[in-house]
Amino acid sequence: MKVVVFGGTAGIGRAVAQQLAERGDVVCLLGRDALALTKSVADLTARHPSQASASMAVCDLEKPETFAPALDAADAALGGLDAVIVTAAMFATQDALESDVELTRRLTTANYANTVTFCEHARKRLLARGGGWLTVVSSVAGDRGRKPVAIYGSSKAGLSTYLEALDHKFREKGLWVLCVKPGFVKTGMTAGLKPPPFAGEADQVARDILRAMDRKKPLIYTPAIWALVMLIIRNLPRAVMRKIGF
Amino acid sequence: MSTLAGWGRLPEPGTEVLDEDLERLTEDAALSRGLGRSYGDSSLPASATDKVAATRLASRIISFDPATGVMRAEAGLSLVNLVRWMLPRGWFPPVVPGTKYVTLGGMVASDIHGKNHHVEGCFGAHVRALRVRLADNTIVECTPAQHADLFYGCIGGMGLLGHILEVEFVLHRIPSQWIRMERERVHDIDAFLASLTRAAGTWPMTMGWIDCVHRGASMGRGVLMAGRWATAAEAPQTPPRAKADKVVPVEFPNWAVNPLTVGLFNTAYYWSHLRRVVSKLVSPEPFFFPLDSLLEWNKGYGSRGFTQYQCVVPRAAGAPAVREFMDRLTKLGGASPLCVIKDCGPEGKGTLSFPLEGTSIAVDMPVTPDTQRIVDGLNEFLISTGGRIYLTKDRFTRPDHFRAMEPRLPAFEALREKWDPARRLRSAQSRRLFGDKS
Repeated sequence: MKVVVFGGTAGIGRAVAQQLAERGDVVCLLGRDALALTKSVADLTARHPSQASASMAVCDLEKPETFAPALDAADAALGGLDAVIVTAAMFATQDALESDVELTRRLTTANYANTVTFCEHARKRLLARGGGWLTVVSSVAGDRGRKPVAIYGSSKAGLSTYLEALDHKFREKGLWVLCVKPGFVKTGMTAGLKPPPFAGEADQVARDILRAMDRKKPLIYTPAIWALVMLIIRNLPRAVMRKIGF
Repeated sequence: MSTLAGWGRLPEPGTEVLDEDLERLTEDAALSRGLGRSYGDSSLPASATDKVAATRLASRIISFDPATGVMRAEAGLSLVNLVRWMLPRGWFPPVVPGTKYVTLGGMVASDIHGKNHHVEGCFGAHVRALRVRLADNTIVECTPAQHADLFYGCIGGMGLLGHILEVEFVLHRIPSQWIRMERERVHDIDAFLASLTRAAGTWPMTMGWIDCVHRGASMGRGVLMAGRWATAAEAPQTPPRAKADKVVPVEFPNWAVNPLTVGLFNTAYYWSHLRRVVSKLVSPEPFFFPLDSLLEWNKGYGSRGFTQYQCVVPRAAGAPAVREFMDRLTKLGGASPLCVIKDCGPEGKGTLSFPLEGTSIAVDMPVTPDTQRIVDGLNEFLISTGGRIYLTKDRFTRPDHFRAMEPRLPAFEALREKWDPARRLRSAQSRRLFGDKS
């Protein structure tokens, strides 16, 4: 498979790219930091002989003008696209966002408007070649309005809704849209936060993502226990949600 | 207050900082910490305010040359991650410990040994270069030729001379993805030691489990395991199937591991090897990492935590010393479901590296009010044999005991004086054993 991983230098994206490389898929990494991309390409190259052609293109989630050129560069480097995986996103705590309105604007723009824009670019390219996989990491934070993730969660709620509709609309055209909803994952993004129960590791989440893609699933919670946790939370009455701090 | 704990689950106040960029992360840090699998206090901070650099997100390979097997990688790369793709491609690290949940940096800092110590030595013997951040925040490259004292000091140096950023080491080509294993049930400690020595002569990998509860004539009975990589001709064409790992879901009550249950477990385990000798092809994962299939097994010892006593009794002291050690262990009441015994080869070049030519014995025990007394008793005997303990497992050894068993300590202290005169790099263990300030 020829795969683009946007955000593949760190966190869940790095783990996904490493596992793709190990099983022989050819990867093109997109990210904003050229040095980090170079290091990650070297890492992938070491992992499998087929990765001699691992490539990279600079792409910044906060700069939508970089999206089309980066996807074009990836398309050219790979000689076509079979899958586009988006793990890039911004994160900030609710406290940080509440005290900084500009940060709120940046985060909601990056995680919702810009991610949807990137997906639109990717969707058109994938459909033009007869379909493929569009896998996007959203979050369990978007499943319910919750106090500690009011702003971050709302950006992911919008994204999840978009991805669901995309699946409904384009599945019969051969586009497999996968919305990934990780629970808490111990990566650089969540460094400094206290891991809750059921916190996952990037490697495990990456394994779940690749398995879900192989099975052409439209939605996964990962680690799997979060499907149950969120089922309960989605069904809690508002009066209860208002009381609890979760 | 937040705490950090080693695998033995005895906490110390402190927090770790995570970052994918090791250079940024280790700046002004007092200690690096990988996956926290050292049992005692080696990866715990000396003071709650010390910066502990958690390296496990730095998981990139920098280069790999399939012609020579030389790999250079970031120190946070885990053995799980490495083995996952190397094994199918026909490569394996020359030395691995009993768990794959360790990082390269940790493997160097502990100078880990494995089942093949009598043939390959420690991991450090296969390391060619280290990139190290020193206490004064400068970064240096060290090799056996360049800053050799620092290089050998870092190997087995428990992270006290510098933060390991990158490790360059050699991987071995393996003939197949299978292990030819032979297992033998042995009825007492003397027969066990004889079998261990005999096996070491013909097998590159050996180790044994012994029952350290049973006393009398069958004291030290156990199961000896020996193995080698299967040749391409004898191995099946298909790779071994990966089995799903299980997780210990909850912390066991503290009474779960007690002399009675351990005695029952040990007897059941011993007699589960009904045939005296078994020879078969097995998957490398359960062979090298038998306990990894049960994730978070350390919760089995309950909230009180546990420790492992691992020591090496020198060959010069002979089999009677090992027998005496086992006798003391059973008398002191160090009941344990896990007691592992292994032949070690000659001492490595790491300044404070653990193994020594002789017999290594490792015993898990739950922490009780008796633990200090048991460890002291074992250490007193160990000192009389000229043996030493493994810092990576230790939590209870007294500083004067450590000094008495470690003639190389002054050399290590001189290295610390040279590379870190202010003792900015420190751990809860160095506070306990070397008198570092908190």
